[in-house]
Amino acid sequence: MKADLHVHTLLSPCGDIDMTPRDIILKARERGIGLVAITDHNSTRQAPLVQELGRAAGVTVLAGAEVTTREEVHCVVLLPGEGERREFQRFLDERLPDVPNDPERFGYQVVIDERDDVIHEEPRLLISALDSGIEEVEAFAHRLGGLFIPAHVDKPRDSILSQLGFVPPELVCDALELSRHADLPALLSAHPFLGRYPLLRSSDAHYLAEVGAAYTELPLGRDPSFPDIRAAIRAASP
Amino acid sequence: MQVKDILETLEIAPRPGDDAERELAREVTGGYASDLLSDVMGHAREGQVWITLQTHKNVVAIASLKELAAVVLVKNREPDEDTAAAARAEGIPVLTTPLDAFEAGGRLYRLLRGA
Repeated sequence: MKADLHVHTLLSPCGDIDMTPRDIILKARERGIGLVAITDHNSTRQAPLVQELGRAAGVTVLAGAEVTTREEVHCVVLLPGEGERREFQRFLDERLPDVPNDPERFGYQVVIDERDDVIHEEPRLLISALDSGIEEVEAFAHRLGGLFIPAHVDKPRDSILSQLGFVPPELVCDALELSRHADLPALLSAHPFLGRYPLLRSSDAHYLAEVGAAYTELPLGRDPSFPDIRAAIRAASP
Repeated sequence: MQVKDILETLEIAPRPGDDAERELAREVTGGYASDLLSDVMGHAREGQVWITLQTHKNVVAIASLKELAAVVLVKNREPDEDTAAAARAEGIPVLTTPLDAFEAGGRLYRLLRGA
């Protein structure tokens, strides 16, 4: 099964306004992506509708977020169920700084319903860094039974390697994510220790055309359970 | 110049500790200001004082690897608990200044270069 485990929606300020739940699912189907994770910046609020539409269309959708930690490391967190998603949302809400979004400058941050009507606008800027260190985010994700995956580790900014130099040995990472264009042999030769981690490749899509532009092939059947997905991610290689 | 000679200029109150005296005697040859640990790993040089707002434990590992003289955390940031423990174990002084990075760097530059 093709899995794209890092996709933004129109809720992310930098996510294109065309990234509606319906169109993301249509694009995933068109590209043969059977498993999608919705990971907006510091928010999970658009994910439930994508999950609902995915169920009807035969696309499995995980709810998650791309968290910006205090160190400004971007990390993908994936949650096992709706209760955990809500609990993680509270965690995010409590730690997001009170910096207002300027939609003209950064983009709109809206949650829509199945009729494309806006049901929520996030007033705080979602691309701020949380007041929470990377270890705290990792521990909380795991306490909820979720997955913790440092994002685009090969990027020279916003990544665990740029911000922290190396992956702290005590940090429990279910996998590391590579960006769409990552040169894996070059990366492994510069940082041989990365070979010890399961590796995913994801699109980090902000535009519809990017959904499924990178994916990881996982040995999963139709409608996989979260524990099956977790096991497959922990054994992944690109 | 030693680490203890920069404390007053940077308005740093030294933390009491077992090896404080030995740590504060480390030789200072220059300064480096950056919050990207990958950048510090690649470009900082032995004996420099590293000015940063990052408080993560990896700061100590990189300061130790690069044999930096000290780490100065700006704007009253305190090291994370495990960072402070690692700093004691590695014998790297991790100090806190109330100044921001611009002011701390400016004062350190003037002190070291006499400009």
